[in-house]
Order: sequence, then structure tokens, then C-alpha cells
Amino acid sequence: MHDVATHDDSKGQYFWVWGALLILTAIEVVLGYRQVFAPVRMLEVLLILSVIKSALIIGYFMHLKFERALMRWLLVISVSACFVIMYFFFFPDADRIIRYGVK
Amino acid sequence: MATVQHAVSQDAFEPSLFGTYSKKIGMWLFLASDSLTFGALLFAFSYNRIYTNPWPTPFHAESIANATIMTACLLSSSLTMVLAVFAAQRHDRAWTRNWLLATMVFGTAFIVLHGMEWSKLIGEGLAVPGFETLLGVSNSSANGEYAEITKNVPQFAQAFFGLTAMHMLHVTIGVMYLGVIAFRKWFLPALAVIWIAAALLIPAGNVFHYPVHVLGIGLLVAAVVLFLKPKDYDAHDVEVCGLYWHFVDLVWMFIFPLVYLMSTKIS
Repeated sequence: MHDVATHDDSKGQYFWVWGALLILTAIEVVLGYRQVFAPVRMLEVLLILSVIKSALIIGYFMHLKFERALMRWLLVISVSACFVIMYFFFFPDADRIIRYGVK
Repeated sequence: MATVQHAVSQDAFEPSLFGTYSKKIGMWLFLASDSLTFGALLFAFSYNRIYTNPWPTPFHAESIANATIMTACLLSSSLTMVLAVFAAQRHDRAWTRNWLLATMVFGTAFIVLHGMEWSKLIGEGLAVPGFETLLGVSNSSANGEYAEITKNVPQFAQAFFGLTAMHMLHVTIGVMYLGVIAFRKWFLPALAVIWIAAALLIPAGNVFHYPVHVLGIGLLVAAVVLFLKPKDYDAHDVEVCGLYWHFVDLVWMFIFPLVYLMSTKIS
């Protein structure tokens, strides 16, 4: 029988992660509401911030950082690969519509 | 006829390839598949946005503030969930229950705030054609602020309500899951009271008048689960439940910027 993850030495790091997530959210809100960047650049910046936030949630709150490397990499690579495939399905067509005005 | 008896021992089983227990691996596999559901919805939303020019930007400062508080609720609920897992690991039942209850409160606050936001948008005329009739929604205004969006860019309401409804359903299921883990059979009467009260209090024209019966379905499923396998949930169960809860938080980290912040209305 496997024990639950008992890797934690202190709860402090989780409060730091929570604080970091709130600060990143505040940055997103300020950037979005003040429209600091042009839409495409804004999308890139917000997505980068979202990926950082999701990495913190998956790594610390979901404890994936403390799991065995095989599980870690298998999950990350397989899900990421699916998203890459979705990307190639969706966006080339949307791009074609924008370029040629096809409906 | 002689029967060969094999000795059975714990050592006869191979250790897990992933170094953890199978319930947790099962939940990770479910979350991987569920992330593809949300991934497809987010890609569909983005696709709609790219080919629709101009894309509506209906979210005022009030909506952005509301969505920011909702985000803070979910992030805080993730922290209380982590604290519940720690309490479960040290076999502190009282604090496990307290932290799970705190997580449920944050989750419920998220659902209520989101419901209010939905009602406001629908009241101002944002609607999915066809679904209004299906759900018996009567409070959408043909002259409201968002009536033009419904008329000219119907894919906005479809993408917005489709994506956020799916997420709201996941949060609702998550709150019920937490309730079962925290209170077991004692959660059932509480859920029944909430369901009946909500069904009676939500008026017939409201968009949540029929969807509130999700609570009734949840009650039925929870009752069947608790009847078939009545057990005292341990630290493994709390940790697996926590994985699901963090996942709904994780999904919102993409919905919030892509749906709300990228459609901000500057007045």
C-alpha cells in the first residue's frame, strides 16, 4: 500500500504559492483592463501568465512536482501533445478566414 | 482432483509503475481526459473570436471586478483544500472536515457570484437563441444593452455560456464531492434541503430554474455511492478529491483571461 504524499516539510510554501497566484491574477486584471498591449500581444502575455499560474497549481497544489518522474513526464507530454494537435486543427483554418475573408 | 493452492502475499504484486496508489492514477487519467474537453471548448471559443470581427467586448468594470473576486475565491479554495489534505494526513478528522467545509464555502461563493453574473447578462438581453425557450427564460430584454450582440453575433453567447456552464457544472459537482468526503451520509439531508429550497426559491423565469435539479441528480448519485460503499474516507480519498478540486481551479485560470479580460469594455 502506498502512502499519501508525505513530501511536505512546511505549509509555508503553499501560502507563498497562493500569494503568487493572487499577485499574478492582479497583474492580469491590470493588463487586461488598462489594455496595455495590442490584442494579439495581450493574448500572448495573458496566456504566458496563465501557463505560469497553471504550472504552480499543478506542481504544488496538485503535488505533481513531488511525483515520480515517469508519471510527471507522461502526463505532461501526453496532454500537451493533444493540445498541439488541437492547435493544428483549429487555427490554420481561422487564419485562412482572416487572410482571405472566406466565410 | 487435487487443487494446487498458491500462497498469496502482498509481495506477489509488482510495485506501481508510477510509485503511487491506483485511485490517484485513475483520477489523473480522468483529469487528463477532462482537460481535453475544456481544451476543445477553449479552442472553439478562440476560433470563434478569431474569425468574428468585431468581437463583442461586453464586460464592464463591474463584471471584471466580479470575475476577479470569483478567481480569488477559487484560488483561496485551493489553499484550504491543501490544508485539508495535510489535516487528513495527520489523521486530524475535525480539521479535515473544517478545511473541506471552508473549500465548499469558497466554491459555493463562486457559483453564486457566477449565477448573479449570468442573470445580469441575460437580463440585459444576452441569450442563446433556442435555449431561452427550452429553459423558459423570461427575463431577457429585447432592448437591453446586449440585445444587439445576441442578434448580430450569436456565437458570442453560445461560446460564452457553453464554456462557463461546463465549468460551473464541474464546480457544482466538486462542491458535492467535497461534501460527501467531508460529511458522508450526513451530507445527504443537507443537500436535499438545499436542492428543495433552491427549486422553490428560484422563480420560473430564471435561467437556473431547471438546471438547479443538477443538485437532485447529485443527491441521487451520492446516495447510491454511500449506500453501495459506506466507508470512512481516508487521507487517500481526500487527496484524490483535492486533485479534482484543483483541476476546476486550474481550468478557470484560462477561462478568466481568455473570456473576460480579452473582452473588457472600456467606458
